Amino acid sequence: MSLTVLKPGFQSTLQDLGRNGFTHLGIAPAGAADSFSFRLGNLLVGNGENDTGLEMTLVGGTYYFNQSVLAVLTGSRFTATLDGEDFPFFKAFHVKKGQELDIGPSQDGARCFLTVKGGFHVPQILGSRSTHLMTRIGGYEGRDLKKGDQINFGYSTTSIEPEKLEKIFEPDRSVLRVTKGLQYDRFDNKIRDVFFRERFKVSQRSNRMGLRTEGPEIKAGITDEILTEGLPIGAVQVPGDGHPIISFVDHQTTGGYPKIANVIAADLCKVGQLKPGDEFKFQLVSMAEAEKLYFEQESFFQKFTESSS
Amino acid sequence: MILDPTVIPASDRSILVQFGDEISEDLHYQVFLFTQGLLASSHQAISNISPGYSSVLVRLHHKTTLAEGMDTIEEVLKEEHSGDTISQRTVEIPVCYEDEFGPDLGRVLKHTGYDKEELIERHTSGMYLVYFLGFSAGFPYIGGMDESLATPRLETPKKTVPAGSVGIAGHQTGMYPLSTPGGWNLIGRTPLTLFNRSNPKDTALHMGDRLRFRTVNRAEFESLGQSQ
Repeated sequence: MSLTVLKPGFQSTLQDLGRNGFTHLGIAPAGAADSFSFRLGNLLVGNGENDTGLEMTLVGGTYYFNQSVLAVLTGSRFTATLDGEDFPFFKAFHVKKGQELDIGPSQDGARCFLTVKGGFHVPQILGSRSTHLMTRIGGYEGRDLKKGDQINFGYSTTSIEPEKLEKIFEPDRSVLRVTKGLQYDRFDNKIRDVFFRERFKVSQRSNRMGLRTEGPEIKAGITDEILTEGLPIGAVQVPGDGHPIISFVDHQTTGGYPKIANVIAADLCKVGQLKPGDEFKFQLVSMAEAEKLYFEQESFFQKFTESSS
Repeated sequence: MILDPTVIPASDRSILVQFGDEISEDLHYQVFLFTQGLLASSHQAISNISPGYSSVLVRLHHKTTLAEGMDTIEEVLKEEHSGDTISQRTVEIPVCYEDEFGPDLGRVLKHTGYDKEELIERHTSGMYLVYFLGFSAGFPYIGGMDESLATPRLETPKKTVPAGSVGIAGHQTGMYPLSTPGGWNLIGRTPLTLFNRSNPKDTALHMGDRLRFRTVNRAEFESLGQSQ
């Protein structure tokens, strides 16, 4: 059971929820860039929440199914047709053997996900099937997909009934909520004021390692660099040129730039959907509020994870 | 024993345990003990840890609250940590300092005022310490370089630095386990595989290792590279 890549899209990688337990060796977790949409995909075909899916960026690609399977698209809406007919988003659909799924450019955010019943089958590396592009481990031979790749799927270990969704989440990507970063105090009031008042634009140089911004310059105090320390996902680092970088799923595990803020966990799915040219603002929330929002988001999947574990 | 560190949330899903704010072997020892304590513990509350020069970042398991994470950290800090368990390995890293592997040798010689022989002598005579691994897979943060070798990092980083490259950036020396972009002055290359994709846990260097560089010629570089 497999599908064949006829056209690979802009950057298509196999992902799960990430590789945990090895950042002390410098190995980043990686994992789906919008884990909320990724998990929805698994939910909608009745998979376990960590089964491997295909993440597509900006342009999806064309895939030939060598076997019939229940499949679903989640995340941002891209143009999508199955043998020329519109293919729905957020609705599980039986794709038949010999059909071609063509996923074109995004009509909305940066990423969408293709999930099939049973998940994609690639070797586990350090407990995860996520691709980490820089290290070239995980996923399909440690890289993004190319024309001609044949990806196995369908070794379903679960027998969960697919869920139907009544409500589709479309979070507001023009606002990223943040908590204070570890070096927040090194930035004076004027700079903080600019940081929270002005709009930032997503740079072309953004990728899964980090979301780079253009716009107002944020200059730290006397020193530009700090002693290298662990870098949380979502950290808003301010390098010497004053253009903040948000550390993301493939992030370096440690860093030496001061961190003015940290995107809250509940808003990381928005970071995965921001694309070059998009504009957004940062909004400060308290640590308690951030944690409450995170667990509210998690509770959505509670029933699903309980029934699959 | 572990001294009393500062424990603060770094984000809503991570906590920084900070032992001080300088690069010193004493602080490294604290960071090392705490890191070993976390790795040895069976606490389910933690998913990932990242030691740094003087701190450890603790990332929480997806079901753990910050308060539960704080409790777990306090427990690990209170546990007995015996210095006897520390294995002080000394690892020797062969380096070929020939021009083809050290495209920035000229820049470093100009900046330091040394000739190549003196540079190699000073770079290989040091006993270094691997403070921690971070940045990318298997990348060692190494302390102990002869201060007179300090050379500012390149103004324009190279798009690709070959794996095994040995370089100097500011007061630091280091090695690239993966072929990545990089802004260090490259002075040589080691034939050793520092990060092995088929066995990613088995990094060539570990936190706490002592390290020496040894100069090898081109022929030895080739044969060492093949014998791995």
